[in-house]
Amino acid sequence: MAEDKTFNWLDPFSSVDLDVDGRTDGIKQWAIANREAIQPIKGFFDGLIIRIEAALQAVPPVIMLVLLVLIAWQAAGRRVAILVAACLVALGFLDPAAWSLAMTTLAIVISSVILCVIIGLPLGILAGKSDRFEAAIRPVLDTMQTIPAFVYLVPVVMLIGIGNVSGVIVTIIFALPPLVRLTSLGIRGVNPSVVEAARAFGATPNQIMFKVELPLATPTILAGLNQTIMLSLSMVVIASMISVKGLGNEVLRAMGRLDAGKAIVGGLGIVILAIVLDRITQGLGRSGRARGHRHWWQAGPVGLVVGLVKGRG
Amino acid sequence: MTETSREAVIRCDGIWKIFGEKSRQAMDAVLKQGLSKEEIRDRFDCVVGVRDASFSVGRGEIFCIMGLSGSGKSTLIRHINRLIEPTAGSVFIEGQNVNAMSAKELRALRAQKIGMVFQNMALMPHRTVRDNVVFSLEVRGIDEAERVRVAKRAIDAVDLTGWDQKYPDELSGGMQQRVGLARAIAADPTILLMDEPFSALDPLIRRQLQTTFMELSAELHKTTVFITHDLDEAIRIGDRIAIMKDGVLVQIGTPEEIVTEPADDYVADFVAGISKLDLVTAARVMQPFAQYRQMNGDGDPAHWPVARPEDKLNALVDLAIGTDHPILVKADGANVGVVTKKALLRGIQGREDAAMEVA
Repeated sequence: MAEDKTFNWLDPFSSVDLDVDGRTDGIKQWAIANREAIQPIKGFFDGLIIRIEAALQAVPPVIMLVLLVLIAWQAAGRRVAILVAACLVALGFLDPAAWSLAMTTLAIVISSVILCVIIGLPLGILAGKSDRFEAAIRPVLDTMQTIPAFVYLVPVVMLIGIGNVSGVIVTIIFALPPLVRLTSLGIRGVNPSVVEAARAFGATPNQIMFKVELPLATPTILAGLNQTIMLSLSMVVIASMISVKGLGNEVLRAMGRLDAGKAIVGGLGIVILAIVLDRITQGLGRSGRARGHRHWWQAGPVGLVVGLVKGRG
Repeated sequence: MTETSREAVIRCDGIWKIFGEKSRQAMDAVLKQGLSKEEIRDRFDCVVGVRDASFSVGRGEIFCIMGLSGSGKSTLIRHINRLIEPTAGSVFIEGQNVNAMSAKELRALRAQKIGMVFQNMALMPHRTVRDNVVFSLEVRGIDEAERVRVAKRAIDAVDLTGWDQKYPDELSGGMQQRVGLARAIAADPTILLMDEPFSALDPLIRRQLQTTFMELSAELHKTTVFITHDLDEAIRIGDRIAIMKDGVLVQIGTPEEIVTEPADDYVADFVAGISKLDLVTAARVMQPFAQYRQMNGDGDPAHWPVARPEDKLNALVDLAIGTDHPILVKADGANVGVVTKKALLRGIQGREDAAMEVA
């Protein structure tokens, strides 16, 4: 180590070797040793992802398109529905295989986002309630967001193997932080005098949480969900390196063959999917006031149907 | 007088509230050495919110706590429903020690016995007027039909009929505070806590709401603690007034006592600009009848205008305008005193020697 070099006080860093990388490489050995234990869990999640994908692929494209447009109309209004319809038609005509690839990507994104919500929402609420927890979790979130994906790609593959489950885990690591941060921010942003009033009228801590804090934090939490979805989509190319199918894989293959045309097709597909998901979730996040205080069943296609049924009756 | 004649619904015993991390040590030091506010601040880095406040409020009484911002009145009122824990002292509601209650008992007390109105309304923006008003019933698990019935009654009581399906941000400030008032009375509580309820409103709306509140109050007979920084409001509404300064209750008394016998210069300064016309009674400015007779001798009281001892100066002015005679004060048919023009004018000025100044 340092015997052959003289120790230089002005440059101590190059003469001392703590062998950090050698020691931490042990994580790979640990991952390989624990592979067997993780396989049943992997099987469960793999089954889940496959089922979601199968369901999305089973619906004929036109019906799926209509469904997505209806969801957009319900969530975000007529104008967004028209935009979504145009985007989805463009996506379909990009390439004969584009629709099916997009559905595969959508399945991975949906799985990741569901897991992000299951993990991120409770963490965010906890962080919103406790300063100490927030202080503890903040550096973890910073790491998750900034550490290059390639760093954790190898250990994750060693532990779980290539495929969808690894793809989802890699995506969660990158996409989870904004949901936790914005949930915490939303809870902290609730007007304290409203919470005090709820206390003064005898609400239990749980009632304060579910009847006051979460409803008032919802727009901020949905903004976090929107960011989580966007970040999940931005991970699809990297996830395709560990054998996740879909639009990302198209881009990766095109890159390998220096096929610019195919790369553009795959890339545009991802962008269109991102626009569709972004507009729908942004529509969800608008406050009650912006929607003119109408309940969700009083607007959009459901409102139309309800209105028709009531008109008949 | 008022305290002994009525059962005390709220009783606060030596409430202290010291904010800060070392509040316990600061409290011990205060009890042993009697430190001042500044000494506590410098030695313990703690702020004294309330300093040894004791008072009780009788059933149906409206008790006003008056003080400038930062005097600790909002902190004090939050001890009554234990939104704030006292550093020392305890609060009793109908004989029950609030500070000894379990979380469950406390929630039941808050939901059923105490209604609170806040300065900034603190309505829930995601709930309709109706759902805001019956929040305390909802958290108790009372069924929808009953909630609708109670909400209608409370909303009608504050003249907001027809607004129950609107959201708070669709209402004006005055209407929002009516919702706040409806929410406070919805559960038909024994006690109303009003934390500067009308301070954020413009003067005209404030007066309207004061009137609404006084009508409701006369009808419902709630025991009320009313916080305000406006002495006119305190005098208009309160049966008794407590003046608070730097966390200390400086003086507690009826509006007339506060205005005519201020306990110290601070209170005197406060009441200096207050019109005495509707506060001071004939009894306070009159000269005993015998004494008047002795000094002025003759004069036939038969033609003099007659007033009762509890008549206010305003009424005496009306009587005095129609005649050159002094005013005779009669109680139970007997001549008890005489109010001369000079005494009346001095009384309006608020000079304490009004009755003594003789022609």
